[in-house]
Amino acid sequence: MRPVSVARVLEREWLVYRRLWRGVSFTMFGQPVMYLVAMGVGLGSLVDAHSGSVGGFPYLDFVAPGLMVASAVQLAAVESLWPVLAGVMWMRYYEGLVATTVEPAELYTGVVVWTAGKAMMGAVVYLVVAGALGAVSSPLGLLAIPATGLCAAAFAAPIAAYAIGRESDVTFTFLVRVVILPLFLFSGTFFPVSEMPLVLERLAVCSPLWHGTELARAATTGTGSAAAILGHLAFLVTIVALGGWWGTRAFTRRLRA
Amino acid sequence: MSSSAEPLVEARGLEKRFGDFTAVAGIDFAIGRGEAFGFLGPNGAGKTSTMRMVGCVSQRSGGDLRVLGLDPATDGSRIRAHLGVVPQEDTLDTELTVWDNLVVYGRYFGLPRAVIRERAEELLDFVQLTDRRDSKVDPLSGGMKRRVTIARSLINEPSVVLLDEPTTGLDPQARHLLWDRLHRLKRRGTTLVLTTHYMDEAEQLCDRLVIMDGGRIVAEGPPRTLIERYATREVVEVRPDLDHDPAEVARHLARAGERVEALADRVLLYTDDGDATAHAVVEAGFGDVPSMVRRAGLEDVFLILTGRSLED
Repeated sequence: MRPVSVARVLEREWLVYRRLWRGVSFTMFGQPVMYLVAMGVGLGSLVDAHSGSVGGFPYLDFVAPGLMVASAVQLAAVESLWPVLAGVMWMRYYEGLVATTVEPAELYTGVVVWTAGKAMMGAVVYLVVAGALGAVSSPLGLLAIPATGLCAAAFAAPIAAYAIGRESDVTFTFLVRVVILPLFLFSGTFFPVSEMPLVLERLAVCSPLWHGTELARAATTGTGSAAAILGHLAFLVTIVALGGWWGTRAFTRRLRA
Repeated sequence: MSSSAEPLVEARGLEKRFGDFTAVAGIDFAIGRGEAFGFLGPNGAGKTSTMRMVGCVSQRSGGDLRVLGLDPATDGSRIRAHLGVVPQEDTLDTELTVWDNLVVYGRYFGLPRAVIRERAEELLDFVQLTDRRDSKVDPLSGGMKRRVTIARSLINEPSVVLLDEPTTGLDPQARHLLWDRLHRLKRRGTTLVLTTHYMDEAEQLCDRLVIMDGGRIVAEGPPRTLIERYATREVVEVRPDLDHDPAEVARHLARAGERVEALADRVLLYTDDGDATAHAVVEAGFGDVPSMVRRAGLEDVFLILTGRSLED
């Protein structure tokens, strides 16, 4: 693995992104504003009027880091499915790419790093908007950005590994609806997992999104024990490592047949 | 890297298996510097598998392979730094413009931007696409995409250019334009390795070629030599109408040529004297059947060696 080769894959992504900038910017900047205003301010006023606080914070403070990570993860999942299959099967530019000095493992790493990087760009926007709405109570809130990137990588790494081995996208929509969407709804984004029945609460502990959300929330609210934070970090790093092991092999198998 | 005397590519007993299927069944070949070397054969002969192993994007299953004096199994990336690849299907980056395709590809090789810019200008001029530099890839014609791919393959100034079926699917005009560019590359001394199932392409471009069938090499040599060695000088093609079975006609004409082959729609009579054989066809009572005399080509070599037509 040569970082310089990974950087060249990122250069390509950056070039494509720059060309499409206008198209994606609305999603990137408009979505955080809409989500935070609708959920945090709108729904939040009802929640706060009813129960005073959620997990000890105003609802906006609670939900802002959750939305930040959850939307990043949704994006990471989708961008690790169709674009990867397009690269290998439809557009086929992966084939041209790995005929250069770049190895499949380096291409894979570039894809995951880029996805994590884009998630962090989104997190910056969330942080700015949430900060403007007064929902960030600690300068440590900046750490929510790398937390979001790590959580996005925990999704991108195994999902890209899965996608590269497919011959068609028939399972992709199913995966998004049956895995990603439930995770989005039940990983402590909108309400604490302790509000759920015990079985679901225990299950949420297996969700990388829950760990990412708790990390980001610890950062923006300036709370959380060191032990809990280390636990979340360890969980996410493990997922990234396992996914990375799988992805390296899967990309090599597919592109060096 | 290799000295100029030793071959740029050398294979001994090279094999490629996919599970139970053997795509390449132990082949030997050597390609010298500045040569235009061809792999000729029908679809499924093992040409692409061979090219992918030479291009260091596919591991060999057996035998020995040296490219630029190095082993692709351990030095793939170092070798690929000096290869240019034109794959069978277009693998251009359709999210980028023609120009950016060249730039990004150069960056994959780690070339400095200034060097890439200079080369990309020259290469677009070489493939006659300077006026399309800011166009996206998708709207280009098949021939233009091929030319972009060729320009892209040259961005790292490769020692060897690998072309897999370079003109398959192109119209005649686009093919000729492409051949013209490849001839220029040849004259500059670039080593070309190409696969094709077109006889005319092999005869036009290759100094030397191997004929492959079923994963094996069945003949090797310069096109003219192969024709002289395996075929006769001329061929008389007889095209019986639908009422006559070519095999039946072939039996009647067995003595008209040195060798007779019956295909699905015609009979080929191999002979050193086409006119005399054509005369014998008339004598045998097939005077009203359309026939023609032509020079023997690589297609005939393939037919004689394998008993099958290349287009089958």
